[in-house]
Amino acid sequence: MDIQILGITVLWIFLYGYLIVASIDFGAGFFAYYGKVTKRDDVINSIISRYLSPVWEVTNVFFVFFFVGLVGFFPKTAYYYGTALLVPGSIALVLLAIRGSFYAFGNYGAKDSHFYTFLYGATGLLIPASLSTALTISEGGFIDEKNGTVVFLVEELLTSFYSWAVVFLAIVSVLYISAMFLSFYASKAKDLKALELLRKYALFWSPPTILASFLVFLALKGHNEEHFNNMVDYSYFFILSFICFNIAVWLVYKNKRYGTAFIFVMLQFLFAFFGYGVSHLPYILYPYITIEAGFTNEAMGIALVIAFIAGLFLLIPSLFLLMRMFLFDAKYVEGNREK
Amino acid sequence: MPELDSAMLSRLLTSLTLGFHILFATLGVGVPLLISGAEWIGIRRKDNHYRILARRWTRGFVVTVAVGVVTGTCIGLQLSLLWPSFMEVAGQVIGLPLFLETFAFFFEAIFLGIYLYTWDRFENPYYHWLLSVPVVIGSTASAFFISTVNAFMNSPKGFKLDNGQITEIKPLIAMFNPATPTKASHVISTAYLTSAFVLAAITAFLILKKGNSEYYRKALHFTMVTAFVFAIATVVIGDFSGKYLAKYQPEKLAAAEWHFETEKGADLIVGGILGEDGEVKYGLHLPNFLSILAHGDPNAEVIGLNEFPEDETAPLFIHYLFDLMIGIGMFLAALSTVFLILSRWRQGWQHSKLILWTIVAAGPLALLAIEFGWIFSEVGRQPWILWHVMETVDGATTSEHVGAMFILFFALYVVLGWICISVLLKMFRNNPVETEFEQMDR
Repeated sequence: MDIQILGITVLWIFLYGYLIVASIDFGAGFFAYYGKVTKRDDVINSIISRYLSPVWEVTNVFFVFFFVGLVGFFPKTAYYYGTALLVPGSIALVLLAIRGSFYAFGNYGAKDSHFYTFLYGATGLLIPASLSTALTISEGGFIDEKNGTVVFLVEELLTSFYSWAVVFLAIVSVLYISAMFLSFYASKAKDLKALELLRKYALFWSPPTILASFLVFLALKGHNEEHFNNMVDYSYFFILSFICFNIAVWLVYKNKRYGTAFIFVMLQFLFAFFGYGVSHLPYILYPYITIEAGFTNEAMGIALVIAFIAGLFLLIPSLFLLMRMFLFDAKYVEGNREK
Repeated sequence: MPELDSAMLSRLLTSLTLGFHILFATLGVGVPLLISGAEWIGIRRKDNHYRILARRWTRGFVVTVAVGVVTGTCIGLQLSLLWPSFMEVAGQVIGLPLFLETFAFFFEAIFLGIYLYTWDRFENPYYHWLLSVPVVIGSTASAFFISTVNAFMNSPKGFKLDNGQITEIKPLIAMFNPATPTKASHVISTAYLTSAFVLAAITAFLILKKGNSEYYRKALHFTMVTAFVFAIATVVIGDFSGKYLAKYQPEKLAAAEWHFETEKGADLIVGGILGEDGEVKYGLHLPNFLSILAHGDPNAEVIGLNEFPEDETAPLFIHYLFDLMIGIGMFLAALSTVFLILSRWRQGWQHSKLILWTIVAAGPLALLAIEFGWIFSEVGRQPWILWHVMETVDGATTSEHVGAMFILFFALYVVLGWICISVLLKMFRNNPVETEFEQMDR
């Protein structure tokens, strides 16, 4: 395998990891707030905070890892994205900063602040929307290079059907993934009341998710036909994704095997995300950066790959330990452990 | 007045974010070491005082770490957002330590999560203590890696630049450049020193307010011993840093010391005010001390500022920052030494009001010294973003919106700082240490 392909695959895996863990986190924030407003917080909020408290920081690292890795493997992206994304990137940063710190303030410090929960819930939906702009921009058409400077075409972005379809998909899939995961967590905790409610959320958000996916597909045809045709060539990825979606929703509908259902949710997004990624190649930022031209020099590429493999030897056992203690430890999940 | 163009605003926004982040980052590096140490002593001596100390520090630490994490994320992305051209170059040469830093951060984040929620999970208390070790390693390692990136900016090595093209890249040479040993060790030892003094200051303040108790005495002694060890380390490393500057960045040292003429047996100027004619007023001249600082030899030659083109040297106000940083460092070293001497030979004197109030003042002073040191180091390498390779103005973004972003982030940091402090105060007021003992006895 080419070192470029290896590099982008590594990054794509991390972005996928972030997509899953961050969706759970973002959606959970929304449900926690929604639960509070509808006076059902006693039912679901203990489940949510039991999962989130030990892992929120780890979720954040997935994100940092992705963008540091991207600049490391593909330094040219720093030049184009950096200039173009100053405003949307800064807004996303401020939202992330508010969300992360207020989570800690609320959960480790002052308990039960309505305002903190609201901030946590609202940012949970705004962040995916603002982060998805980076993916939208990668399709081309929103950046112009004039006289050696990069200009970000904000109006184009705000009036584009494609970009709104992506935002819509980002938000509904966050709620769908999160509800699916929390249903699994509630069933694991044998908390039937929470399960009943979360299951309803999961089923409620499943049709919009698949609808939004089709919408993005269609919108892309109008925006970047070359990419759309590539996606058609890789259509088996998306068919597999759709099959996984059906299995997951069916299992939840039948009220059984929530663990398996969530694995199928993960597979659903894995296929869709990698199908999207593969068909996007060789471009990282259409049409300015390809994986060939944008890749860092040979020496740094090799050093990064070695560092990455060495790092995995440290990370995988640690992540495994974290999951064993907070995801698969029945006593903890059921809430029978003291803090 | 310099013009407020994108480059200037980018500099201001970067300093704002870093200036805010560095306070939390310093505590983030140092406090885990003290927590781990306290828990270990508590387990070893079967002393609940130390174990409760570790718990209470951890609880406050989580809140500061959250702010450290989010502002760290900000600066991480701002590097690319505000300095795209610089990052395009740096990414190729220095991508490795940046990448490794996130690994260390990842490692720390995972184990901090586990550490926080497993206090009573294990039969053998050493298992829980062991979980703090990766947190200490992770936080210190990220400080090390990120310091190498900054060291590289001061001493770019491991690549060649031909007509804007970067060739012959050697990632390890770039990472272990000449500035790395002094920079990284100075950053780490001062982080430990500052954290120890911040915790000591809190303890001293509580003793003054609520009266002395065995718990507070142990906390104060433990933090002051730690402070003493790292104060000595900092003084030694500081001396090496001076010698590094003399050899590799003589104009930075010369600007810091207002040393204009190259001469043998150079004087060290402490304090003073620089007149418009280049005359130093009210300064204290220590004969031959600059030569000793720079080369370890009272008669060695020290290069003066006049040897360099004027547009390639840093602003001269960094002298004040340099003096303040060193002054506070010396003060911290002296204070911790006095404290230890008193507690060894004049039992009880170390808890006198004078000493306690001095310790209370030392906490914020230590944090100030961190700020002064970083501003000195960063402004001292102007006009360069990459020392003698790339000027700062050439690395900045061309976007027109930096000013608005500055206001946005300024508001963010005000809010975060304010709420962080009020949450911490509320947290410890609502849960005094006495109730914690009762809970533990049950």
